[in-house]
Amino acid sequence: MKSAAFWGALAAIFAAGLALTGAVANEYYYNALYLILQAALMAIAWNILGGFTGYVNFGSAGFFAIGAYTTVALNKALGLPLPLLILAGGAVGGLVGLGLGYLTLRLKGVYFAIATLAMAIVIETLVINWSYVGGAKGTYILTPEKHLWFDSYIQMLFVVMLLLTLAAVAISRMLSSSRIGRGLAAIRDDEVAAECAGVPTLRLKLVSTTVMGAMMGVAGAPFPFFVTFVDPSSAFNLFIAVNAIAMPMIGGTAHWLGPVIGALLVGTTQEIVKVTVSSEMNVLIVGVMLVVFITLAPQGIVGLARKHLRRRKP
Amino acid sequence: MALSLAIRDVDAGYGAVRALHGVSLGIRDGETVALLGTNGNGKSTLMKCIMGMVRPTRGSVTLEIDGARHDLVRLSTEEIVNLGVAMVPEGRRLFPKLTVEENLLLGAFRPLARADIGKNLAFCFEVFPVLVERRRQLAGSLSGGQQQMLAIGRALMSAPRLLLVDEPSVGLAPILVSHTITKIKELKERYGLTVLMAEQNFHQAIRIADRGYIIVHGEIVFEGDVAALEQNELVKNYYLGSAA
Repeated sequence: MKSAAFWGALAAIFAAGLALTGAVANEYYYNALYLILQAALMAIAWNILGGFTGYVNFGSAGFFAIGAYTTVALNKALGLPLPLLILAGGAVGGLVGLGLGYLTLRLKGVYFAIATLAMAIVIETLVINWSYVGGAKGTYILTPEKHLWFDSYIQMLFVVMLLLTLAAVAISRMLSSSRIGRGLAAIRDDEVAAECAGVPTLRLKLVSTTVMGAMMGVAGAPFPFFVTFVDPSSAFNLFIAVNAIAMPMIGGTAHWLGPVIGALLVGTTQEIVKVTVSSEMNVLIVGVMLVVFITLAPQGIVGLARKHLRRRKP
Repeated sequence: MALSLAIRDVDAGYGAVRALHGVSLGIRDGETVALLGTNGNGKSTLMKCIMGMVRPTRGSVTLEIDGARHDLVRLSTEEIVNLGVAMVPEGRRLFPKLTVEENLLLGAFRPLARADIGKNLAFCFEVFPVLVERRRQLAGSLSGGQQQMLAIGRALMSAPRLLLVDEPSVGLAPILVSHTITKIKELKERYGLTVLMAEQNFHQAIRIADRGYIIVHGEIVFEGDVAALEQNELVKNYYLGSAA
């Protein structure tokens, strides 16, 4: 995609989101869209490490919860405004990502994946035993009265999440088409060869875990205001991690557009089924889609489209 | 513009297994040195020690380049590549899902090489014309011989002064082995590279080598120039299998 077209599309999507808040009053739609965007942001973040670099992270829920609990703690202690809370969530998430990288990036494949899962469990245990943020029984968050010029707080949260997701798309695209992205792809293909070629593999992997952690922290930061009640079982929900892995796989991990497409497809289906059937179906949807895509389109939707395009122009 | 590599009394291994025992080896500017030995004798381990990918437990690896001495044991692999050392790893190890061009560009990750990226790319395509027509193709879809050319091309992209080649003959038909070895010689002569080549194929290796070392069970058992190697009883015994 050409750069001008790309930035134009981002601006158009953001404008459409703003226009929506002026036209539609029903809060349900903002609820549903917020959840889809949140899943997309998580999927884009997961894909930077999992797709570009080839390191599978099962601990996404941990990073998400770091963002959420950073908000809970700082809101209670200092009462900071939302933008600062989001920045703080990103900073703490990024730091934990960097730490995770330092501690575990000598591990590969399955062992790395297990380590990330273990990290999420460790953080969850810490939060459960931290009574200041509500411990195991959770805590209520009051949504502020102020919501700029929007009709309701949820409308504003939706626009904030839209902005964050679009920013993540831009970062992910820049990363994948840069020299860093090429280095990450080299690590994914053959780490020893990458090292031989002079690619600073450790440094690039740390960049990758840090960016991933920061994005996931950002995704989790507004969450307490969205649900107004946070407890460890909602913030560390395994479903968050499952979605973050499944959506890029379904959309295609090699391209920055993959997780976005995957998240839109899976997230929208989940939201539709949630109101028409039951939210209990959500895991089933991911499972069935994952099986279908892995057998029929192992490179995801983006891979499928590319194959199709290649066939058409000989 | 002088370069030399000195390896002294190096011990190295993997966990409890020691693969190198007191290995010493020297390379002078502009030389082609062959490191000869059959499988499992420590050739690749020695290469990895030079690249900082395996840390010696004892001994020193020193690179002297333009009057500055660098202790390679203390440097990371990317820093060593930055000094102008490049390796063509055993079995080529390309990035199979990236294109030929992307593979080459990845060879120029070192900051110094990035400035000359266009020049070096043109140079690679000049040396290996077959890569030009395949530049948009995935590296994994190349034939074995082309992959070897690409692997060497990728190493050249960092504009190295010292080129390490680990078993260029692995998995190649004899005619391609011969072709590859000739290419290495050509590169060396045209661009003043210093080359250390690990090889099992004695006859091919000594075609282009100035000197050679024979490594057996992690120890250097013989060193000498090509004429001496050819005359040597050890070679006949260990290598050519003429002694029963």
